[in-house]
Amino acid sequence: MANLINLQGNQACAMGAIAAGCRFYAGYPITPSSEIAETMARELPKVGGVFIQMEDEIASMGAVVGASMGGAKAMTATSGPGFSLKQENLGYACASEIPCVIINVMRGGPSTGMPTRPAQGDIMQARWGTHGDHPIIVLTPASVAECYTETIRAFELTERLRVPVIVLVDEVIGHLVETVDLEALAPKETIERRFATGPADGFEPYAVTDDMVPPFPRPGDGYRSHTTGLTHLPSGFPTQNPEKASAALLRTTDKLDLHADLIEACEIIECDNADIIIATIGISARAAQQAVTDLRAKGIKAGLFRPKTLWPFPEKRLKEVAKNAKIILVPEMNQGQLILEIERLMARHMPVIGLNKINGEAITPAEITAKVSEVLA
Amino acid sequence: MNISETQTPFDINDYIRLEQMPHFLCPGCGHGIALRALLWAIHELKIDKDKLAVVSGIGCSGRLSAYIDANTFHTTHGRPLAYATGMALARPDLHVIVITGDGDSLAIGGNHLIHACRRNLNMTCMMLNNEIYGMTGGQVSPTTSSNRYTTTTPEGNTEPVFDACALATAAGASFVGREVTMQVTGLKNLLRDGIEHHGFSFVEVISDCTEIYGRKNDLGMSPEMLLSQKATMRPDAYRNTVDVPFRPNALECGVLAKADRPEYGCATREKNARVQAKAEGK
Ligand SMILES: Cc1ncc(C[n+]2csc(CCOP(=O)(O)OP(=O)(O)O)c2C)c(N)n1
Ligand code: SF4
Ligand SMILES: [Mg+2]
Repeated sequence: MANLINLQGNQACAMGAIAAGCRFYAGYPITPSSEIAETMARELPKVGGVFIQMEDEIASMGAVVGASMGGAKAMTATSGPGFSLKQENLGYACASEIPCVIINVMRGGPSTGMPTRPAQGDIMQARWGTHGDHPIIVLTPASVAECYTETIRAFELTERLRVPVIVLVDEVIGHLVETVDLEALAPKETIERRFATGPADGFEPYAVTDDMVPPFPRPGDGYRSHTTGLTHLPSGFPTQNPEKASAALLRTTDKLDLHADLIEACEIIECDNADIIIATIGISARAAQQAVTDLRAKGIKAGLFRPKTLWPFPEKRLKEVAKNAKIILVPEMNQGQLILEIERLMARHMPVIGLNKINGEAITPAEITAKVSEVLA
Repeated sequence: MNISETQTPFDINDYIRLEQMPHFLCPGCGHGIALRALLWAIHELKIDKDKLAVVSGIGCSGRLSAYIDANTFHTTHGRPLAYATGMALARPDLHVIVITGDGDSLAIGGNHLIHACRRNLNMTCMMLNNEIYGMTGGQVSPTTSSNRYTTTTPEGNTEPVFDACALATAAGASFVGREVTMQVTGLKNLLRDGIEHHGFSFVEVISDCTEIYGRKNDLGMSPEMLLSQKATMRPDAYRNTVDVPFRPNALECGVLAKADRPEYGCATREKNARVQAKAEGK
């Protein structure tokens, strides 16, 4: 029998994390993400996990990485200003390949912006938000059910690939309440990190393996290895040898190409014969989906391309799907971030047009259909 | 307990990663002495190296973790206590020791230090105070003595200093102590007691940056700098001797504060266990 409950997006993120096996949460309160911390504070102890509210976001991110270095599945959640503070320790996790999940429930910005109002202004912060070249995976749910399933997928990817994963939610999705059946959505099995086994003698914590994901030496298992944010050799110790340094850095980013099929996910609706493709994420994609229905009813061949994995951007899929389209429209609640990537991929082939809104309100289906009519006229 | 009777003698080679030698510290750097004292304390406590997690920040002090034959984590500047908090909570079976510097823990990481003291999670924080940012070439730090020259105080320092131990005590650390590198045995004992203490222990080590701070301020070579520790500090061992003219305002060494407060990890686990039992209907 279906076990239906009304759940909020933020709460669903927390429940997804627990279902995925997350047993450590460190955070710092910030609207519109705080329900994630509050849910974790209540639910984690029930399953033997630990919740801690740290002194700031820098410390939260440090504690999450520290817990994960200890072998725990760990997560934090925040909004734009807090994400900015997490960036240095996020870079550390990218460099030393420590699994972790960071949820960013976006609000209006910059700075304190409009704390309770929605925006999608962190699309680029999520991709580039730390120093240096770094691998990162960013997932973008567009419903309460997806807040649950994408947070689970975030844990699967981070534990499997040893790459930090960001779940990028907008305020509307985070605070949206929908009816879901968590039992039906729950994973059949959880994905576990591959811990190192076998002899400690000669063990190399960053050895180049076929899948480019080195087994993780759990403290206490006898490996006594060294972890550092300095560019390091397979042995784990720092190097400044130019060839070895670039090989080490390249492996962490090449790993994403190797596992592209595992990482990539998008939703494609009515794109087959579409003249106009609307490409967007989160709540803007919900509006776009309605717009597609409305446009089709009027005889306009529209389709929706929604990356669920936003970064690395599913570029092959977009190119395939949009092959025969005439125009791509990119509605987003910022001054034009996602469009930069889509222009990079598609501007040579067809016009790429933006629809931007930064007033603290979500984009409506009517605004999208109006824009489509204007563009087609 | 008479430790010498119950133990094999301490051999530092049993605790360091010999393959990482030669180390990168300058000749005479006090940090090496502190490392030796720490490993000696670990030896006396018979801590299983597999269960030892050393978490360090960034600085010359932070580089020490790489030389220890244990689970070692060289983290970000100022944040090792945050990383250690996560690790100690996720892995209560590990002995967590943090190595940090005066810049690392009192400037950029000051917030984490006071909150770690307040929380009283079981771990030991060894802070190597050399009054300078050694790693970055000798800039002023929150503990640089007044009028001392650094690359960013070309006319001498005018900022007042932090008394790290007073700060840690005020913030609630349940074990606070200070020792000088000149007193290796005293330092070893203090670290041993700190590690043994159930709760957050803070140990300030007065260490010398010979190569940069010593040179720039004309403080002599390592032997001279070590000897001058006697004049500016008040090591336990010298407290009642008359051979050294202590300054009247010398910094006190030894155990400076001790309190019996609930340890955060245990308190949290107890509470959580009750919640879990209830959730599971036990
Ligand atoms: C975020 C950040 N800011 C600045 C630095 C540069 N930095 C590296 S070590 C250091 C100071 C270290 O001083 P201290 O903690 O006293 O350690 P010491 O080298 O004296 O042992 C600084 C400022 C850095 N690595 N990261
Ligand atoms: S610069 Fe100073 S603190 Fe750093 S290793 Fe040299 S002497 Fe030691
Ligand atoms: Mg220093």
